[in-house]
Amino acid sequence: MSASATPTFPPHLLDFQDWSRPQIESLLETARMMQEVLARPVKKVPALTGFTVATVFFEPSTRTRISFELAARRMSADVVSFSGAMSSTTKGETYRDTLRTLEQLGIDAYIIRADAAGVCHQAYRWLGKPVLNAGDGWRAHPTQALLDAFTLLQSLGSLEGRKIAIVGDILHSRVARSNAELLPLLGAAVVACGPATLLPASLPGARLTTDLREALEDADAVMVLRLQKERMDKGLLPSLPEYIAAYQVTQARLGWAKPQAPLLHPGPMNRDVELEGILAEAPQSLVERQVANGQAVRMAVLYHLLVGRKRSEG
Amino acid sequence: MKGEILFRNVRLVDGRGDFGQADVLIGEGRILSLAGGEAPKVVEAKGLVLSPGFCDPHAHLREPGQEVKEDLESGLTAAARGGYTDVVSMPNTQPVVDTPEAVRALWEKARQIGQARLHPAAALTQGQEGQWLSEARLLQEAGAVMLTDDGRTNEEAGVLALGLRYAASWGLVVAVHAEDAGLRRGGVMHEGEVSFRLGLPGNPAYAESARVARDLELLRYALEYAPSVPRLLHIQHLSTRRGLELVRQAKREGLPVTAEVTPHHLTLTDAALASFDPVYKVAPPLRPRADLEALLEGLLEGSIDCIGTDHAPHTPDEKALDLLRAPFGIPNLEVAWPLLYTELVEKQGFPLATLVERFTDGPRRVLGLAPIHLEEGAEASLVLWNPAEARPVDPQAFASKARYSPWAGWRLQGWPGLTLVAGRVVFSASHPELLY
Repeated sequence: MSASATPTFPPHLLDFQDWSRPQIESLLETARMMQEVLARPVKKVPALTGFTVATVFFEPSTRTRISFELAARRMSADVVSFSGAMSSTTKGETYRDTLRTLEQLGIDAYIIRADAAGVCHQAYRWLGKPVLNAGDGWRAHPTQALLDAFTLLQSLGSLEGRKIAIVGDILHSRVARSNAELLPLLGAAVVACGPATLLPASLPGARLTTDLREALEDADAVMVLRLQKERMDKGLLPSLPEYIAAYQVTQARLGWAKPQAPLLHPGPMNRDVELEGILAEAPQSLVERQVANGQAVRMAVLYHLLVGRKRSEG
Repeated sequence: MKGEILFRNVRLVDGRGDFGQADVLIGEGRILSLAGGEAPKVVEAKGLVLSPGFCDPHAHLREPGQEVKEDLESGLTAAARGGYTDVVSMPNTQPVVDTPEAVRALWEKARQIGQARLHPAAALTQGQEGQWLSEARLLQEAGAVMLTDDGRTNEEAGVLALGLRYAASWGLVVAVHAEDAGLRRGGVMHEGEVSFRLGLPGNPAYAESARVARDLELLRYALEYAPSVPRLLHIQHLSTRRGLELVRQAKREGLPVTAEVTPHHLTLTDAALASFDPVYKVAPPLRPRADLEALLEGLLEGSIDCIGTDHAPHTPDEKALDLLRAPFGIPNLEVAWPLLYTELVEKQGFPLATLVERFTDGPRRVLGLAPIHLEEGAEASLVLWNPAEARPVDPQAFASKARYSPWAGWRLQGWPGLTLVAGRVVFSASHPELLY
């Protein structure tokens, strides 16, 4: 990678507000190189030797954390992990105190997940070090969107003019928000679909509809979101059977989309709730490939934040 | 004529207008003369403006029980520095101020502190629990000037209707935080384009307007029992265009309703939340620009009677939580006047005397206090301020315990330099010699 061909990067990945198409494309190109590394018998490179990366998960998660930690280790970074849930009644240590404690340990980059939107922005303000958003509330999950884009590009070649349908609880979904920011940057048209009580009144980057058929019709790809059962407790949905009847993505309904349109799901999946169970193993399902790609994408992001960015500045 | 302090060549602006320069003689707690006289202390005040002391119908001073956030001493000192001579404290303390003893204790302590004067508001219902009315008559005798359940929004229409009827019989005003709890849900900012983009739970404008509409209906109902009451319902911190339209219409009908607006709803919009800084988390939330502009119009025409600060201090640590957990509210007693003088009068040509009216006569009318005008014999509760002096807001210098501000670094003019309460100097940055 020559310095001149590499665009400069923001010092963090909080969302895609500060990102341009060339930056994203360069990042995805790096992910392709990382994928080659992961195909080798010895899946390790020295790129991040000497760097210390912290995963700081204020909201429990296993899959995403493992993916990040492995990504960092594959590049020879030292990794420390902090996890501790913050509840509304917790009177103990605040986010800021926790992060300032870690700061004293000489952390070079922070990978943060929290249940409140904006915690990663706050952390960057407090720390002034690279911060990688691993999911903040309903706000953003940028590496998920990057791995979705990476997976879609593998399958479709280009996203230019493609119709991507996202189905489920759009209002509370950081995956939907990040994809609505990212996919249009790469030329795609996003249609977000869900029941009226789980849709915002507007969402930049996406067209909204409550009509599942309208969303799926001629779609080039379909992304199905996990339905959180707690939405029922808050009175936003009358019942699970009704949601399934109206919004479950089934084999029959997938027929509305283009033939062999790839099917994505960020996981973890509620089989037979948002998605007809057998579809998870259908040929067009890319769910497993998403997980594999997640590692390569996260390696690429860490590389850019810690090494590539500085190199291009120099 | 002999007095105690003489302000020479000071410009007089009160709620009635701008009266140009005069030599103002103060003594015996009053304005003795506008035509000079003799005094041991003489202030050459050319270029400075003298106005009646400001009155805030809505401040959270947190005592008793939450002194870590603010107490009477820090809060009333902050008020005096902001040019306020009279402040209404909200009763949502721990315990709630709902007994005559509690009101009297606050009043007595504030008197000894000797900064801005305290006018306690008491709870409309016992414990602010929205069930049983508190002892309005005894609370009034003890010094309460207002009844309110404030942030504990009045969810039971029947209880508020009874409260309005009962308060009317004693000539007390009932203040409401007009937000429907069911519509507001867990919203931490205005529901709209920005909240959808930021992924934060929204609180729709309709939570306010639906509640204002209901409360105006309850007012009409209460008036069937007390038709001639001059003032009864006060709507706190109006924040939406639609809420304002309802108030404007009700005022045209002659209903005894008053309304306030906060400094933050006149100077900040929901776009500020894109920083994810909880310093912008307030209740009701910051709204889009169209609402802000409507509120300015309402303030100008008088549909909105006054500025209420909703000074709501929390500790800096609490405000460094995330946006879901950080508490609602910001301190603003110390910046309200220079902020609105700069942003409204200097930058947008808002008439100065009208703004002074909304800081003085307007809030006093809400509370049933006589206005203070700059004339011989008037009570010398006054503020001397400097329209030319510009300096940035420095929260570290606040008297309030809440040393942060959404306006930190904003360069403002019009800073109060001297505050007198009934002739006594309580704050004097510009003329420290007057303190002794």
